[in-house]
Amino acid sequence: MPREKRITYLINLSLIILLFAIITILEAAGIFAGYMMSILRLVTINIILATSLNITVGNLGQITLGHAGFMSIGAYTAGLFAKNIGLAGVPGYLIGLLLAGLFAALFGVAIGVPVLRLRGDYLAIVTLAFGEIIRVLIEYFDFTGGAQGLNGIPRMQNFTVMYFVAALSVALMYSIMTSRHGRAILSIREDEIASESSGINVTFYKTMAFTLSSFFAGIAGAMHAHNIGTIGAGDFGYNRSFDILVMVVLGGMGSFTGAVLSATVLTIVPEMLREFADYRMIIYSLLLIIIMIFRPEGLLGRKEFHITNVINRLKKKFGKSPPKPVSVSPKPDAAEKFDRTDSSSKGRGT
Amino acid sequence: MNVLSCENVGINFGGLKAVNDFNLTIDEGELIGLIGPNGAGKTTVFNLITGVYTPTEGTIKLQGVPINGQKPHLIVHQGIARTFQNIRLFSHLTVLENLKIAQNKDMSYSPFSGMLRLGKYWQEEKESTEKAIEILDVFDMTKFAYQAANSLPYGAQRKLEIARAMATDPKLLLLDEPAAGMNPTETDELMDTIMLIRNEFGITTLLIEHDMRLVLGICERLTVLNYGEILAEGNPREIINDPKVIEAYLGKGE
Repeated sequence: MPREKRITYLINLSLIILLFAIITILEAAGIFAGYMMSILRLVTINIILATSLNITVGNLGQITLGHAGFMSIGAYTAGLFAKNIGLAGVPGYLIGLLLAGLFAALFGVAIGVPVLRLRGDYLAIVTLAFGEIIRVLIEYFDFTGGAQGLNGIPRMQNFTVMYFVAALSVALMYSIMTSRHGRAILSIREDEIASESSGINVTFYKTMAFTLSSFFAGIAGAMHAHNIGTIGAGDFGYNRSFDILVMVVLGGMGSFTGAVLSATVLTIVPEMLREFADYRMIIYSLLLIIIMIFRPEGLLGRKEFHITNVINRLKKKFGKSPPKPVSVSPKPDAAEKFDRTDSSSKGRGT
Repeated sequence: MNVLSCENVGINFGGLKAVNDFNLTIDEGELIGLIGPNGAGKTTVFNLITGVYTPTEGTIKLQGVPINGQKPHLIVHQGIARTFQNIRLFSHLTVLENLKIAQNKDMSYSPFSGMLRLGKYWQEEKESTEKAIEILDVFDMTKFAYQAANSLPYGAQRKLEIARAMATDPKLLLLDEPAAGMNPTETDELMDTIMLIRNEFGITTLLIEHDMRLVLGICERLTVLNYGEILAEGNPREIINDPKVIEAYLGKGE
């Protein structure tokens, strides 16, 4: 591993821990009351949902509207596992999460293979339908608790665990998307025909993106189940799929940091607007409209927020050690820096 | 040795015979032009060779091995690369990423390796970047390495498409109207690039082109296509004076 990269990783890791420390201190000091902590738990779940949908919508470039379906599979898997087999404590919780992810991924492959032959509007509609089919099936069967839902799932509201699961999930998704597999997925978004004639197995990589996306949606679903304790199929309707899609679009399609940012904002803002009671949803919608008018490409567009870029810029500003130039010649490490210079979103047909 | 041989290749779209009884053999290191009026079926021939269409008749062989009916990406793996008439780049990705995507087939680390950044990831990524930079050096495009592909000037975008095709390490390169939309200076530069590929890498090349200056300047042999059938073949100088060819392009005099 190049030294430069190791430093970047260390900086990122320490920032993640720093943020966690700040939240913990605020909680201990009583500034973040129980209510605020419950919102933050929702934030961690929504971050995983938004970043996982970003893989299909932002990176693969295919609009899917059935993300909540995969989330529900994860939720029910974890719920049933915890109720019937139930391992105690954090390890049991993590095993449940993993199982939920794997089961959702299995559905991802099964649905992805036939569905991904379609694209654009057709794909959107078919995934919407699949999401609804999953919901209806869950209501139909008895072992899922039917229309009454699944009650009495052991609660797991440990913020520490949820926070680090979310951080790890985002890190894993990001790193696979910047590997050769991620590049292949991006190339399909850019130009499917060119991608195929560059030797990329388009069908394989489409399925891979879809599967990864559903894997992490399943994990988020499992976290949701343990957070709430009671789940019903109605929680995972298309409304939720749209909510997640809004987060991705608002953050900037194809940007993981954008998805994280907008998932955080869009979870906290509606809660803070509660004091406006009836006007809440109007203000929320207006906010969305305003953002989309002024930043149609989303908050971050396709760019990623890199802490190293900020540091380099600061160094440049204060004249310490020369900034990293875009030095070329055999200097491969700089190649890892994903600097998307382009922010225009033109020509981005759905 | 034959790099490519098309034997009686044909394709029907419904009742329309887009290409019929097409025969072509290309020897190693040759630079061959495929010309013909609009709608003659030139691009269809490319699509047949690259697997976009499956021929309804005949066989296409790459170094003696039949390849017709295989999927396009597998044909690339076997060594046929192409460019497009209207540029198709990965526009929002950097020049370097464009080349590294083409090298994907030569990389083998698993998704887990990529996810967890294991040793193999670092090693292969490094090799791939070095190889991409090498190719860019040959094309004199290293200065663009970290720029988005769509921010490049037109001529450079054309060149990048060829460079990307070269990054798949092909045995045969198919260029579909590489000089389309170029001014004379850019065309000159392009001719140099194509000759460079020939001389530096010894890649066999088949190109479609309307620009006669380019065709006459670099091609060793021409095949003329009209209404999906071969009209004439041979030495470029003879071809352009062939009455049949002139008739196909310009029509018959009274």
